[in-house]
Amino acid sequence: MPRAAFDRELERLQNELLALGIMVENAVVDSVEILKQRDPDAARRLIARDRDLNKMRFTIEFDTLVLIATQQPMAGDLRTLAAVLEIASELERMGDYAKGIAKISIKMGSEPFIKPLIDIPRMAEKARDMLDRALKAFVERNVNLARAIALEDNEIDSLYERVFRELMTYVIADPKLIERASYLMWVAHNLERTADRVLNICERVVFTVTGEMVEMDEGEANESDLKNSPNRNGPKPE
Amino acid sequence: MDKIHVERLNFYYGKHRALTNISLGVQERQITALIGPSGCGKSTFLRCLNRMNDNIRIGRTEGKVLLDGQDIHELGINVVELRKRVGMVFQRPNPFPQSVWSNVAFGPRVLKLGRKKDLFGIVEASLRGAALWDEVKDKLKQDALSLSLGQQQRLCIARAIAVKPEVILMDEPCSALDPIATLQVEELMRVLKKNYTLIIVTHNMQQAARVSDWTGFFWMGELVEFDVTEKVFTRPRHKLTEDYITGRAG
Repeated sequence: MPRAAFDRELERLQNELLALGIMVENAVVDSVEILKQRDPDAARRLIARDRDLNKMRFTIEFDTLVLIATQQPMAGDLRTLAAVLEIASELERMGDYAKGIAKISIKMGSEPFIKPLIDIPRMAEKARDMLDRALKAFVERNVNLARAIALEDNEIDSLYERVFRELMTYVIADPKLIERASYLMWVAHNLERTADRVLNICERVVFTVTGEMVEMDEGEANESDLKNSPNRNGPKPE
Repeated sequence: MDKIHVERLNFYYGKHRALTNISLGVQERQITALIGPSGCGKSTFLRCLNRMNDNIRIGRTEGKVLLDGQDIHELGINVVELRKRVGMVFQRPNPFPQSVWSNVAFGPRVLKLGRKKDLFGIVEASLRGAALWDEVKDKLKQDALSLSLGQQQRLCIARAIAVKPEVILMDEPCSALDPIATLQVEELMRVLKKNYTLIIVTHNMQQAARVSDWTGFFWMGELVEFDVTEKVFTRPRHKLTEDYITGRAG
């Protein structure tokens, strides 16, 4: 194999990326669990974990740049490395959303939820599952899987809209609930954004394999002006 | 219209077919790079473009090479005139063992381009064109072989452009040069592109990626892929091209 050293290093980088992915998956699910349990200590530990996640992202980025500089990759290899850079940065941002949810849970203190948490944990679980399979699609260079995952984003969007509408009914009935409702809206929004970033990973899978740049989040492409309208997305803490 | 249009070109060394059905169009004032492993036919192809292969006793050509629409194999084509229009720079700098001045003045003198008094202007313009003037203006009478290899190669380029060609063929023009001299010649190619059509054969894929507008990938005498350079190095159409440029074949 003429490029054994390069291939070895590429595989190592990919494994690092997967490890980062698993850390992020755990952070997403844990953040909602912490919210459910109202455990401020666990929330602070999750916030601290984000530093490790950022550190790992920088390591991956640095190693990728070294590989580009020393091995001059071309074509499919170059696209793979470009995708690794992009995916590492998407993962880091997802980690930030999880950290955001942990911060919200600290802010909420011990105030009771205005409604039982049902759809929000579902969103977290769905986002985790999509992320897990998107990374699998990347490792396997599986375009069909990537495209299939992208279609599932609708489920997250519907859950998000449902949470939003439900919270609105509480706020309309009793405007004093606005603060507590907003907190949950932020949580749902962060999870919705997490799933959007999974779509970006799916786009990178298609690019790595075919060289085509595709836009998978059609809603985002066509409704960018509506992005800030409250009946679609609600407030945006990041 | 393509500056050079090649149609179903075959070339044989005796019974061995070195080029198989090559068809491609070279755009005017663009840099076209030809890449591929040793023995894939890229240099043979390059030498077909100004009939340098005519001198090979057992060589035989089939197909068409059109320069501005005219077949260069037509009877009555003056080969000297053809090579004035389609100049060549070789792998190793090969200046004549004469002065810097005589090397550049050689072509215009032989071809009687302009009068004697015009010669100085031609030599200076050619040396400037080859980005060499500032380095040699005080040593025009010095032996060309006393220059560094990088300077000698730029002198050969000056010698080629002194006869005002339209196309310059370069057969691995940087393979004998160090990295700095290589970058100087690459920079020069970008400048020359404004006035000339350049076709380079190179083993150095990064060089092809850096300087060329179009890239052709040869493999065992066939042209596997010919496309815009940016596309060939990021999204090649053929697996063989992908394997070659990623270092997994060849």
